[in-house]
Amino acid sequence: MRLRMEGNGVGKVTATVTATVTVTATATAVPTGGPHLIAHVRTFLAIAASGFHRHAIYRQATVAAAVTNSMFGFLRTYVLLAVAGAVGVAAGYSGAQLATFVWVGQGLIGVVMFWGWADLAERIRSGDVVTDLLRPIHPVTHYLATDLGRAVHAAFSRFLIPVAVGAIVFELYVPRHVGTYPLFALSTLLAVMISFGGRYLVNASAYWLLDIRGVQLTWMVTAGVLSGLYFPLRFLPDWLAAALWVATPFPSILQTPLDVLVERQPPATSLALVALQAGWAAAMLLACRYVQRVAERRLVIQGG
Amino acid sequence: MANAYARLLRAQARGQASYRTSFAIDLLGNVAVLGADLLAVVVLFRVTPALGGFAVAEVLLMFGLAQAAFTTADLAVGNIEKLRVYVRTGLLDAVLVRPLGALPQLLVLDFAMRRIGRTFYALVFLAVALAFADIDWTPGRVAMVLFAPVAGAVLFGAIFVAGATVAFWWIESGELANSVTYGGRDFTAYPMNVYSGWFRRVFAYGLGFAFVAYYPALYLLGRADPLGLPADAGWASPLVAAAAVAVAAALWRTGVRHYRSTGS
Repeated sequence: MRLRMEGNGVGKVTATVTATVTVTATATAVPTGGPHLIAHVRTFLAIAASGFHRHAIYRQATVAAAVTNSMFGFLRTYVLLAVAGAVGVAAGYSGAQLATFVWVGQGLIGVVMFWGWADLAERIRSGDVVTDLLRPIHPVTHYLATDLGRAVHAAFSRFLIPVAVGAIVFELYVPRHVGTYPLFALSTLLAVMISFGGRYLVNASAYWLLDIRGVQLTWMVTAGVLSGLYFPLRFLPDWLAAALWVATPFPSILQTPLDVLVERQPPATSLALVALQAGWAAAMLLACRYVQRVAERRLVIQGG
Repeated sequence: MANAYARLLRAQARGQASYRTSFAIDLLGNVAVLGADLLAVVVLFRVTPALGGFAVAEVLLMFGLAQAAFTTADLAVGNIEKLRVYVRTGLLDAVLVRPLGALPQLLVLDFAMRRIGRTFYALVFLAVALAFADIDWTPGRVAMVLFAPVAGAVLFGAIFVAGATVAFWWIESGELANSVTYGGRDFTAYPMNVYSGWFRRVFAYGLGFAFVAYYPALYLLGRADPLGLPADAGWASPLVAAAAVAVAAALWRTGVRHYRSTGS
């Protein structure tokens, strides 16, 4: 038999795992209530804590990222304040609301984490993902727990630095209603889950594709533009902004928490937007589980 | 010696050309990236008729000049970003022992052909922006259109190199350099009178970003500088670029001398 040279130079298949076994293993671990549930919550929290600690190590990287976010914070605040001009209002946002939108948005970049997560894709490529499948906890739940731990760490580091810088240099908006604060926290939590779902799906495309850079790039650009990171979505025509909100998960990742915080709409509308976020979070996580199941059925581990 | 670089470059080109789908995806993706940046500028003008007193066609001219300069620099030296990977993994040792310059080697070793699409789109966009801007063409303005993107690219190139040298001192610098490279690209795309305070002083004049697009655009448009510099300030861009190169070269040499292998 003649050997054909493969692109990656590795012998193609040395082990095939029929993942049906794993799927059943995962299925049995689904909580049925009672003590199981408590055990499950404990596991989830323990994994989240490990995610937190893992990121607590990267102190230099955290500071570097916060500096970069702050640079963009200055840039975007000045540009948006220039848009508001002498009138001081743009698309219904006052100057202070615009500044808050920008700086809190720069802080949230690190919390929701739009891009820069390729753990799963790398583990799929290397074949290490097989250990994830052997765990008694569903891979989506496991990675979500890790990501929430990471987000909590980011909330106390990458979020606070740009917000503090913004508050020192610019006049920021202080919410009028006390209820805005917990609603913002809830909205941010849901935003992290939606963003995680998107990243997980992008990474999971590595089950099918050798090179996922195209998928990553598409997600990065789309998420950047349609989430309100590049400009507040309310700068767009109303019908378009509304369509994006309902039909895509992107506004729920950034625009919603920011609009909730600067009280751009009445409290009732804010509640409705957060409810919409909850819907998107559920949809994204279900999509992740579905894609994971389909992937496991056809999974071929490339060994070496 | 040039022969050695040419060979390295050709080997890179051949290798990357074999991944056709990836290359095509990158070409498409780059259109999307430029489109997104463009959209971010255009959308602002839905809300306001003028930004810092400049109309949409005028700001798009600045955007076009900034993109042309940035993407050219990114194509030529953008991969120097990977220096921190080389420093962290100790691969830089291998580069330093070869009888070729360290900087040119690093640039050639990772030359990313896929970035060529970005430069092409940016130049096409600049041509369109020039057509839409109301420019009273003179020989001086024609010369400026040719000079400004080159000087701007040299300035951005110097910024890329200077930013990457941080890795010699601070290995986990991560995306720190992005604040001056990508940040600089976005900064230069808007009129300088939009910014204020120390932020404008540092980025526009300290790092020289005002001379990439803003002053050349003012010269092309025949507009006075609201910040008070003479109308011919755009011609200073080659000098600013040369100064930036000198600083970047000094930083690079200090960095290489300071470099200590990871030892692993």
